Amino acid sequence: MLTRNIRIICGAFVLAVSAALMSPMIVHSADTPAQAAAATAPAAPATKDAKAPPSDAKAPSAETKTALFPPAPKLKAEDYPTIAGVNARVAVWLIAQLHLWFGAFVVAVPMFVFMIEAIGMATRDKRYDNMAYEFIKVTITAYSLTAILGGLLCFSLVLFYPHLFNYLSLIFKESMFAYALLFFAESAVLYIYYYGWHWLQGGNKKWVHLTLGLLLNAVGLQLMFLANAWTTFMMSPAAVDASGVFNGDTWAAIHNYLWNPINIHRVVANVAYGGSIVGAYAAFKFLSARKQEERAHYDWMGYNANFIAIAALLPLPFAGYYLTAEIYAYSQQMGITLMGGVFAWLFIIQAVLIGALFLSANYYLWCGMGRSEGAHRYNPRIKYIAIVLVGAFLVWFTPHTLVLTNSELKGLGGPYHKYLGALGIMPAKNTAVNFLIVFTFLSFLFYRRANKIATVSWAAAGNAAQIALFTAGLINITILGVYYGYFTNTVYKVAASVPQVLTTLVIIIISTVIDAFMYRGAKEVAPLRWGRMPDRSQYALFLLAVSFTWLMGLMGYVRSGIRQHWHVSNIFRDSSPDAFTPGLGYAASVVSVGTILFMAMVIFVFWLSTISGRHPTVKGYWKEQAA
Amino acid sequence: MINFLKVAAFSLFVIAGFWGFSNWGIPQIKPEPPPVEAKLDLGSMTMEQFVALGGKIYNGKGTCTLCHNAMGRAPMLDKVATISADRLKDARYKGTAKTVEEYLLESLVKPSAFVVSGFGKSGTNDTESPMPDVSGGGIGLNESELKSVIAYLQDSSGGEVTVEIPKMESAAADSGGAAKAEEAVLKTPEAIVAKHACGACHVIGNQAGTIGPSLAKIGATYKKDYLRQAIIDPDAVVAKGYAPGMMPKTYGEQLKAAELEMLVNYLAGLKK
Repeated sequence: MLTRNIRIICGAFVLAVSAALMSPMIVHSADTPAQAAAATAPAAPATKDAKAPPSDAKAPSAETKTALFPPAPKLKAEDYPTIAGVNARVAVWLIAQLHLWFGAFVVAVPMFVFMIEAIGMATRDKRYDNMAYEFIKVTITAYSLTAILGGLLCFSLVLFYPHLFNYLSLIFKESMFAYALLFFAESAVLYIYYYGWHWLQGGNKKWVHLTLGLLLNAVGLQLMFLANAWTTFMMSPAAVDASGVFNGDTWAAIHNYLWNPINIHRVVANVAYGGSIVGAYAAFKFLSARKQEERAHYDWMGYNANFIAIAALLPLPFAGYYLTAEIYAYSQQMGITLMGGVFAWLFIIQAVLIGALFLSANYYLWCGMGRSEGAHRYNPRIKYIAIVLVGAFLVWFTPHTLVLTNSELKGLGGPYHKYLGALGIMPAKNTAVNFLIVFTFLSFLFYRRANKIATVSWAAAGNAAQIALFTAGLINITILGVYYGYFTNTVYKVAASVPQVLTTLVIIIISTVIDAFMYRGAKEVAPLRWGRMPDRSQYALFLLAVSFTWLMGLMGYVRSGIRQHWHVSNIFRDSSPDAFTPGLGYAASVVSVGTILFMAMVIFVFWLSTISGRHPTVKGYWKEQAA
Repeated sequence: MINFLKVAAFSLFVIAGFWGFSNWGIPQIKPEPPPVEAKLDLGSMTMEQFVALGGKIYNGKGTCTLCHNAMGRAPMLDKVATISADRLKDARYKGTAKTVEEYLLESLVKPSAFVVSGFGKSGTNDTESPMPDVSGGGIGLNESELKSVIAYLQDSSGGEVTVEIPKMESAAADSGGAAKAEEAVLKTPEAIVAKHACGACHVIGNQAGTIGPSLAKIGATYKKDYLRQAIIDPDAVVAKGYAPGMMPKTYGEQLKAAELEMLVNYLAGLKK
């Protein structure tokens, strides 16, 4: 039995790896390592001379390349079609954002569905299997909407930006074809995975089903990585010269400088986002439930969804920091535009949104401690966690430079507040973020042990070790922030961020390991009553989902906005009437309209999954019943 | 149904909160429009005006001050013309320049020819500069603009201005935006002072701002070079008793070359 299962797992792994390797095999790649290295070099902002001829002797001549691949077009405003007075930029912006929201959801959910199904198999607890099935059921309708919006996006790009689409198609034609094939594969695997759920139960069949889950994830991630390549090529073009002439190496264009940083950031963010949306689903069902069993089921589902969202939310700031560092490394100018120009104030809005995410996730955890009487002993400590979280949020929220009237400027004596100005710099904000993460983890730790009492002989020592770990870690984070923030040269101010992140990770990992061993075989203090949650806690889950959606929309605006007036950075200029960067207020309006549309569609998806489970008996309608 | 309405109302309330904060909770900064090419009559330009044009590009289109500032992202250029000769003799120099002017041009278009210690790309041991070629890509300075920046760097760092104004009837230069390109040059220094509300912070004309130092007799104390620098790079030298960072650094970009010179001449004339 064991050997057979191992064989099936190995087979699944080989299949998944084959799917992952499929795209690079389809697309053109460099003939030699030297050519690959030359082609992967960023095109315009790099310090190398962009006009230098390729070093590889096998590379086609400039004339041949230009004949095969034309330079980026130099457009005029009249080259952009206008259709029925529709604002092309807003239309494409909204459609692309809606597609991305749904895409992120349908790529993320199968990841944790796979894990939940595997947990169900390992523990033989049917509840996990039921929950995984319910999650994937919601995904089916969302998948259709993703495809519809993807088609709409493709049409709108062809209609409104034909020259850009044509230019990108010439470079990415192979990968676009691979994308279409992968979409068929994704559909086939998803439908077999969903519709075969009850058929493929027990024994080897369950292993086959789990294998399909793995394949579904492999294909879904491939789809996302390909789409990311087109997006990041527009930010950090590769395999093209200064005039935009493509050298024919599609793999190099895909594997551009910002491809992997965006891939990593989006995978982590998608999981957190998917968790928040299924959390909203569970909350909606919880609020609509009429029976206690239903409330218990959806309360448990909401808890798990919130756990998934928090688990991915904790490393998300680090992934975001890595992405920003890579943007700086690629182009200092682009990095400064992102953090220091018109977008500087965007990060204050981001602070509000991430503050909302952390506070709502923590609030839900604290409400969850009401499920058991055993948790009451931790209640007095919650207020201190709340104070730290709010304090950290306020530090993150503090702007460096204040916008003041002349009289206010005179009264204050400058654009920086005497005391609060010191909190506006990055080291203070990095310190605040690490505090947010550590104390959110502490909330989770309290929740996890709320209903249990450790029975191991070294419990007291374990607790002491954890207290020491948290204390030392927080002191280290503070000292790093203060020293690098206020006692070193400006150029070293962000140097604290990496050791601060490492400190936070050390706290989380070591503390989790200690807790796992310490609470092995722990006894329960009181029964855990699923469903005993106030309705207001469910609105925290909705706040999480709405904030996350809005935040993704906002960050999509800045990611695209740092290209400024370029379709493809420094190579293909945007000459449309909308080439200017829109202001934050305008962008917020577009994002808000998009979020309302998305939430309306999501609630529609929730409603569909609700009615699909209803089977009312209508008496006297069918012939058999009349007889 | 009631739950559906409650959830919808709650979601709308949250979205409205974020939208409202983004529109009224933070300042609404209107980004600059994309740069457009405008014709400049270089033939009738004096060297002083050409240097001022370089200053405007240095602070505007060239985006030089994004990194070459007191934040320490890139080396300061306040002495670049006087130390260039030493760099040409440095063992780490990899370029082909023979004169200061050639070195400055090289540092603009091939910045890795010499990387100041501590300012190279991480991991390159100061052999590769993070600075882009300013004649290409998103900055795209043309030959006249490059020369004017070199003239400005030579002038502002205390060196001899060796650059010659290009002998062409007209050359393209950035105007900072379509709207600005169409905007007429202001005719009088009083109009410039009024437009940019200098009197809100300084004593000037019949206005008596107190946030910044008085300009009523500024011409008696400082020469034109100092005044020009104080306008386009106000934190370069801060008057005693006043905090840095208070005066906007955007005037170098906002003022046209002719306006800047008119304002400098006007201030230099305020002696009584």
